[in-house]
Amino acid sequence: MKYVIIGNSAAGIGAVQGIREVDIEGEILLISDEKYHTYSRPLISYYLKGAVTEDNMIYRPLDFYEKNNVKTMLGVKVTAIDAAAKTVTLDSGEIVGYDKLMYGAGSVPFVPPMDGMENVENKFSFMKLDDVKAIEKVVKQGSKVLIVGAGLIGLKAAEALEHYGADMTVIDLADRILPSILDNKGSDIMKAHIESKGVRFILQTSVKHFEPNSAELTNGETVDFDFVILAVGVRPCTSLIEAAGGSVNRGIETDNTQAVKGLSDVYAAGDCTKSYDISADTERILAILPNAFMQGNTAGKCMAGADAYYENAMPMNAIGFFGLHIITAGSYDGESYIESDGDNYKRLVTKDNRLCGFILMGNKIDRAGIYTSMVRNKTPLDSVDFDMLKVNPALMAFSRGYRDEKLAGGVCSVS
Amino acid sequence: MKRVYVNEDWCLGCHLCEFYCGFANSGETDMAKAYKLDRAAAPRIRVEEGDGINFAVQCRHCTDPLCVKGCIAGALSKTKDGVIEINTDKCVGCYTCVLSCPYGCIVIDPKNNGRTITKCELCTRNSAGEPACAANCPNRAIVFEERGEA
Repeated sequence: MKYVIIGNSAAGIGAVQGIREVDIEGEILLISDEKYHTYSRPLISYYLKGAVTEDNMIYRPLDFYEKNNVKTMLGVKVTAIDAAAKTVTLDSGEIVGYDKLMYGAGSVPFVPPMDGMENVENKFSFMKLDDVKAIEKVVKQGSKVLIVGAGLIGLKAAEALEHYGADMTVIDLADRILPSILDNKGSDIMKAHIESKGVRFILQTSVKHFEPNSAELTNGETVDFDFVILAVGVRPCTSLIEAAGGSVNRGIETDNTQAVKGLSDVYAAGDCTKSYDISADTERILAILPNAFMQGNTAGKCMAGADAYYENAMPMNAIGFFGLHIITAGSYDGESYIESDGDNYKRLVTKDNRLCGFILMGNKIDRAGIYTSMVRNKTPLDSVDFDMLKVNPALMAFSRGYRDEKLAGGVCSVS
Repeated sequence: MKRVYVNEDWCLGCHLCEFYCGFANSGETDMAKAYKLDRAAAPRIRVEEGDGINFAVQCRHCTDPLCVKGCIAGALSKTKDGVIEINTDKCVGCYTCVLSCPYGCIVIDPKNNGRTITKCELCTRNSAGEPACAANCPNRAIVFEERGEA
């Protein structure tokens, strides 16, 4: 059996581990257009602010490929997939055959056309290690920075650049920050917190025109900068799968074994795919690392012939900005229980006798996983002491039978 | 594998397990000194107390650990003996593991202002020899034993 994996991040690594849980002999070839040993993309902001070294950014130990008997082709781009011939074409023109293919190419920054952007010499995305290495070369103490996009990526960049005492302006077309994970109240709290660190926000605004070192905004203001961070959004990498005849609807469509719809022996995982969100009963792109790993892991097991299914995906985020932490999961459509005190905020959302989502900020985040498991398992609220749980997540609030099963036996799987 | 189990009928809620945990991971040889000089580690075991019920919980060292699968930094890993370890040089304190652990057993480490997490490693990386919580439980409510995998 020959496995080819495209992508060297969480989905690709999850696939390697999944394959090797089932098949220790098959040949694995992993191809990535980045030249690096597998590293953690979300750590780039920590690298830029000096909180983690490049050596410590590796996602798996240096002997990972060797121990798992994986051949790698790093710094090599795949240009085409022929699903009928079961081959992939490389940028060198070389053609490589496979029995099973795993596609985990992730996403790329989405940069909308902006007038005069070609005039700006120093503009950067904030996705890859090479992006922050390039920023490192131009950033100076007190650099003036314009960040376009007040989402997770733009604000992680802002946090890192605070380390350089950067003078930052963040603009966004939306009327609030972090709309993908926070509600209005949470956004307000985080915005005030980040503003207190000296970052300026201009919302409901975009760039009308770029000059080499300034931007005229649609609200009439002009912002001077030394460099620009472009963090408007990301777009799933789907073109190779689409060209090969696979089903794509914004993201790559797969079944619950991660097999790509419309193709045989081709699997996909990670930010390039669509997931079924069990908390909202809807399909969406869940571009989060745990999801990518678990999808890839499932794909790997299935490629190697095991029965495995990934069917409890949902939005989940744990992230901090300038020392204020957020943990969120699920959907926010339902009745709310709210606690709010300064930067500390808790919102639990219930619907149909279950917890379907939550937002926790500041000192409300401890033991959040107890809530996450209730969302994932659709725990009936009338089977627990929810009045106790609302205030503090605790195993005490579950039935003795649940605790005996989960804590007292030898069984320690967590589904 | 051997794990730590708690019999909640016998747990007195005395919190000694928390103190012994903090001492075992302090690097000190004298418990009174460890606490007096504020060198004790944050306990990785936690006693829950309720109406006539008490029990201690700590990492279950799951066979299929969501914390390891979800860790964005590759800082959590499972040893060949099944112990889930944290590499604090790699941990960036994002708390994805806090979000993931169904038992609420990941500890945001107050000893370094939450810059990393800490967790039970079954006393495999300190000098205690075997889990200090079990060895020092006065009512033998906490045991360290093999019960078999499912």
